Amino acid sequence: MRETRRKQEGRWAWRLTGFVTVCVYIFMFAPIVATVILSFNASMFGGFPMTGFSLQWYGKLMANEAVLAAFRTSLWIALVTAIVTTAIGVTTAFALVRFDFRGKQALSTLVILPALVPETILGVGLLVLIKAVDQPRTMLLLVLGHILLAVPYVVLIAQARMIGIRRVYEEAALSLGASRFSSFREITLPLLIPAVVGGALLAFTISFDNTSASLFWRPAGVETMPTQILSMLKISISPEINALGTVMILVTVGIPLIGGLVLQSLTKLRRRGEPKEETQ
Amino acid sequence: MKRRWTLYDPRLAWMLVAPVLLLLIFFLVLPIAVMAGYTFFTFVTAGVETSALTTANWHEFLTDSYYSGFLLKTLRVGAITAALCGVLGYFPAYFIWATTFRHKWLLLLLLIVPFWISFTIRTFSWINILGEQGVINVALLKLGIINEPLPMLYNEGAVILGMLHFLLPYMILNVYVSLESIDRTLISAARSMGCTSAQAFREVTLPLSLPGLAAGLLLCFVLAAGSYVTPQLLGSGRDALFGNLIYDTIMGELNWPMGATLSIVLFIVLGLFAAVYTRYMGMSQIVKGLGG
Repeated sequence: MRETRRKQEGRWAWRLTGFVTVCVYIFMFAPIVATVILSFNASMFGGFPMTGFSLQWYGKLMANEAVLAAFRTSLWIALVTAIVTTAIGVTTAFALVRFDFRGKQALSTLVILPALVPETILGVGLLVLIKAVDQPRTMLLLVLGHILLAVPYVVLIAQARMIGIRRVYEEAALSLGASRFSSFREITLPLLIPAVVGGALLAFTISFDNTSASLFWRPAGVETMPTQILSMLKISISPEINALGTVMILVTVGIPLIGGLVLQSLTKLRRRGEPKEETQ
Repeated sequence: MKRRWTLYDPRLAWMLVAPVLLLLIFFLVLPIAVMAGYTFFTFVTAGVETSALTTANWHEFLTDSYYSGFLLKTLRVGAITAALCGVLGYFPAYFIWATTFRHKWLLLLLLIVPFWISFTIRTFSWINILGEQGVINVALLKLGIINEPLPMLYNEGAVILGMLHFLLPYMILNVYVSLESIDRTLISAARSMGCTSAQAFREVTLPLSLPGLAAGLLLCFVLAAGSYVTPQLLGSGRDALFGNLIYDTIMGELNWPMGATLSIVLFIVLGLFAAVYTRYMGMSQIVKGLGG
């Protein structure tokens, strides 16, 4: 009897776990789904009930010069951030994993700090520094700030992958007369590709999405996509914002998904070329 | 005389890390140091300050209950949010880890997808759920349960809900990573020794997953306490948190020395929490959680 009651208890506990899990997933996606649905609402007001299907808000959006300008700005910043952060992040991860030098431990702690310090503090800090040396806020400052925010993630991803790549491969290339640079390019980099692509995508979305710090750092008159949304929300909640949200979701979810798929098929192709891959 | 370069020469390492190191020094370390100095500057009028050293800002912060009230409220909201994240996040993490469902990767992918969706959009999307014309109010009105829309937005509950929404994936992934590192034979061993599944969970799984839970709690607490956008969008003026106070002090009042003081206070307070955590747990779990 006791045995069966215990089994019953276990089953109930498992059901509860499943139930909470489903609730959490619904909680995570319900608002997003509601936003996407509402973007097609014909109603003049940004809310339920649905009064009909319409694409007018997308039309309005495409004609909104301020939104388009902000979108272009964010796209450029995110692209530059992704490229630069990946380049300097991967070389740093390479040095942190392969080399031994004094201060290595301190550096690997320092490098993840930008992910842990609240953006408001980073934002104010940089502004105070700029003010202290009497420099204006420029686009370069904003981009460098975004790079700072993305660096921890790229370094961590590249480091995790780097640890799995055995150094004998590089050393073999070196002993066969390859230069330092070409051994990195020919051996290490191809093995690092998943981390490079993953890091670049993450850096892109971090920059494209950044709000709080950008509010502090943007030059006067420049709006990035998130700050533009924020200022639109201050005026009123129009269905146009729902349409804008839907477009943003398509861009930021679509790019990593497509990137992931491309990556997967690439590795499959390469696997077919090689008899056996050993990266672990 | 030049020293010969060795294979893993420290000089080469420094060259490789130089760009990131310079960025960290000029955009992270130096700003915080200068900001710390700025807390002793004298505020004259909006946007103007002199470098005459004073402790007036610190005095004002320490004596005016307006500021300490803000700090306490921020810590309270952060703690509530982190605790709720811990309770609600543990279940999905455990479910994903323990399930025999073949497409487990899909459940994990769904947790990562929100990271790709703009944070601002995820936050304002709650207006479509909680607002006067949101899903809940419209449904309840249609069903005749209520006659007037319930005021669910622009209060502290909405702010906590919004933060929960963006922090839960962090928590779930952190707990999942630490569950995944548990040697499953330990649980089989406990079961074969006569433990019930509940006992095995209490005695083996739960204690071994605590590092991930602790890392998640710290991360959620720090991110919630430092937030700016969520109270701005989902809260009323009364629900502003410390981040909003800093922003208004600097961008609104243009009182830079006070803004710097408040930033340093938040930095020190959150830093203390992180320091206590690393003292007992070490950094590695956070690193795993962020990179996982």
